[in-house]
Amino acid sequence: MSDPVISAKNLDLTFQTNDGPVHALKDVSLAINKGDFVSFIGPSGCGKTTFLRVVAALEEPTGGTVTVNGMSPEEARKARAYGYVFQAAGLYPWRTIRGNIQLPLEIMGFPKSEWQSHIDKVLDLVDLRGFGKKFPWQLSGGMQQRASIARALAFDADILLMDEPFGALDEIVRDHLNEQLLELWDKTHKTIGFVTHSIPEAVYLSTKIVVMSPRPGRITDVIENTLPRERPLDIRDTPEFQAIAHRVRDGLRAGHAYDD
Amino acid sequence: MKSFLSILTVVAAIIGLWYAACVPMNIHEAAMQAQRAGAEVTPETAPERRKMGRIALMVKNPQLWGTVYAQDRPQLPAPHQVGAELWKTTWGMVEKGRAFSKRSLLLHGWITLSATLLGFAFGTLLGIVLAVSIVHSRAMDMSVMPWIIASQTVPILAIAPMIVVVLAALQVDDLIAKGVISMYLSFFPVVVGMVKGLRSPDGMQMDQMRTWYASRSQTFWKLRLPSSMPYLFASLKVGVAASLIGAVVAELSLSQNGGLGARLLAGSYYGQTVQIWSALLAAAALAAVLVWAIGVAQNITLKRMGFTR
Repeated sequence: MSDPVISAKNLDLTFQTNDGPVHALKDVSLAINKGDFVSFIGPSGCGKTTFLRVVAALEEPTGGTVTVNGMSPEEARKARAYGYVFQAAGLYPWRTIRGNIQLPLEIMGFPKSEWQSHIDKVLDLVDLRGFGKKFPWQLSGGMQQRASIARALAFDADILLMDEPFGALDEIVRDHLNEQLLELWDKTHKTIGFVTHSIPEAVYLSTKIVVMSPRPGRITDVIENTLPRERPLDIRDTPEFQAIAHRVRDGLRAGHAYDD
Repeated sequence: MKSFLSILTVVAAIIGLWYAACVPMNIHEAAMQAQRAGAEVTPETAPERRKMGRIALMVKNPQLWGTVYAQDRPQLPAPHQVGAELWKTTWGMVEKGRAFSKRSLLLHGWITLSATLLGFAFGTLLGIVLAVSIVHSRAMDMSVMPWIIASQTVPILAIAPMIVVVLAALQVDDLIAKGVISMYLSFFPVVVGMVKGLRSPDGMQMDQMRTWYASRSQTFWKLRLPSSMPYLFASLKVGVAASLIGAVVAELSLSQNGGLGARLLAGSYYGQTVQIWSALLAAAALAAVLVWAIGVAQNITLKRMGFTR
């Protein structure tokens, strides 16, 4: 087996606050392989977002090491190794959807002649063909989030980091986007890190589920998802799905045990 | 239509109040004139009348009320007197073919407008440059911001003549000197608004730029500057009105060049209250037009940029 794409060893991150130190991450070790879809699940404060931010070099760990494509996160960011999707779509209202997707291409200095084909490709991937000339406010929340995923994909990074991208959307839209995301992952073979606090979402999407718990933020369980890669939405009613969901729930409960 | 009616109501109320106030304000002069013309006035002597309050005099002489609106130099001119003066010194001059003679408010308005626009351009430019450097440099933020705030606590009336003297000694054109004084007032709202606007992108938007490894200048041009537009326009509205005040104040020190400020000054030298009021109203109208014009530009720009729908 080849080297993991993302590898964390004994990662520690302590924030100094006015109320004393906060252990956002404590002794977190994890390997994510190429093509994995890894979900991070846990209550707020468990460090799932922080872990993703460390990988993206948006936070500096206070201990341990992390590598992305064999590089430090900072170098990986410079090498534009990952696309990052935030909870809010964060599209610029003064740019069209195409203009928004073009933004990282402009910043990264892609030649102008290539913009068109990059944008067309990712618009197809997120099923927004024909919406390129629209402005963000003309699109629904779900479509806006798809546009923001397209923007993260535009520059062809191998890794896609997603921080609760569907957290602000309603259940029905969310189901639809989950289906689409799986399809997209299947087509592009990206490595995806996905933060969520929905158990069905985590089980439905991932190849690997990382269960975390707070104070200090740490990993309590890593579950290999044995479901087939072909996943229609109603796979969620099967006993296999329920069994994995159950194990995730147990993991979450175990993390809480000495808490209260 | 509804807003038009409410504006009309307020205007009517102000004019009504104005007419009412003319009676006590001008009653002494009216009594004097009536007596000279041989009419009966109570009390009879001027010193007695002076000792009396305006209201008391007014109550004692209701026959004089009608005469307070037609004086040459009233303490408070009536709206129609100011209106007639405004008409005479604008369209009236145009009809005589002397639209830009020295007695025309159009000429003086134009002089004030050019100083205002120059000062507004200076002020906006200075404000934006200062805001950009404050946002990008902590040292600037810590060292310059307090001075900018302190600058606005100095009364412009006190500092304007000094600016005029210093710039005249440096052989700077008078128009530029007026522009500088006007800039002194107008850069401040622009700095404050632009600093807020350039800092308006939230943590997520800034993080997003970091994930793309965007440089500071890319972040500035693609995110900070467009994000600041709503703030900029709000500041420009305040700034242009401040510019006009600066220009009028500058014209008090440079009255030989004319302008609405010079008209105010000349009016107060010679007790020409009608002239003072018409210059004041002209300045107010000019400010209203300028603020309105920026409002139009604001609506178009923000709509195009998707900030408003």
